[in-house]
Amino acid sequence: MADGAKPRVKAPKSASAGEVVTIKTLISHKMESGQRKNKDGSVIPRSIINRFTCEFNGTSVIDVKMEPAISTNPYFEFEAKIPESGDLKFTWYDDDGSVYEDVKTVQVG
Amino acid sequence: MDFTRRDTLALGAGAVALTVLPFRVNAAGEDAIAAFTGGAEVAEGGVNLDAPEIAENGNTVPIGVSAEGATAIMLLAMGNPTPGVATFNYGELAGSTMASTRIRLAGTQDVVAIAKMADGSFAKATKNVKVTIGGCGG
Repeated sequence: MADGAKPRVKAPKSASAGEVVTIKTLISHKMESGQRKNKDGSVIPRSIINRFTCEFNGTSVIDVKMEPAISTNPYFEFEAKIPESGDLKFTWYDDDGSVYEDVKTVQVG
Repeated sequence: MDFTRRDTLALGAGAVALTVLPFRVNAAGEDAIAAFTGGAEVAEGGVNLDAPEIAENGNTVPIGVSAEGATAIMLLAMGNPTPGVATFNYGELAGSTMASTRIRLAGTQDVVAIAKMADGSFAKATKNVKVTIGGCGG
């Protein structure tokens, strides 16, 4: 599912230095678990996003290893500490090798 | 109805098979825990696992975990065909060691969260979630 995966991220545009902010992310993806069968009874092959990372100016915030038990349209909520102005970079890694990215800029001050 | 020696033996074997079966289901989950902890002892408590008591739809069950002082948290659904759900690794700029997501559950089962603490110890929390409709397409 290289096309149609649309990342959506909710992060504040501004923060005070050192503030802890809550970030919510969602990406549209069918997350085929590899357990379901189609009408002919053959197994639909697994196709999921297997890793999600969030970085702030290159420093890791969170790195999630995902398995087929994550729901369709994977959603994550977590917290990040913002020490300075910069970019939050979100990356999703698909089973098929595609990489989806989104960047949010946070201003301090 | 009279029980012959043969019947009794067969009944006994059936009963043994029944008690052994649940262990089989959990074996994959136990393996996943062992792989994560490296066989270290896992203490109870110190981890908050936020899960609904009853989930109507096993396809999207909201789950939240948090553990003070953790560097990584692994989520497991012990009754799923593949017990692994997700592993959260917290980086330097993690505001707090919490996360919430939505997961699939095949049926009523225990959800387990295991936290790896900064000092190398492990803690866990378990919560039973009743699922009305399973989320594995079966």
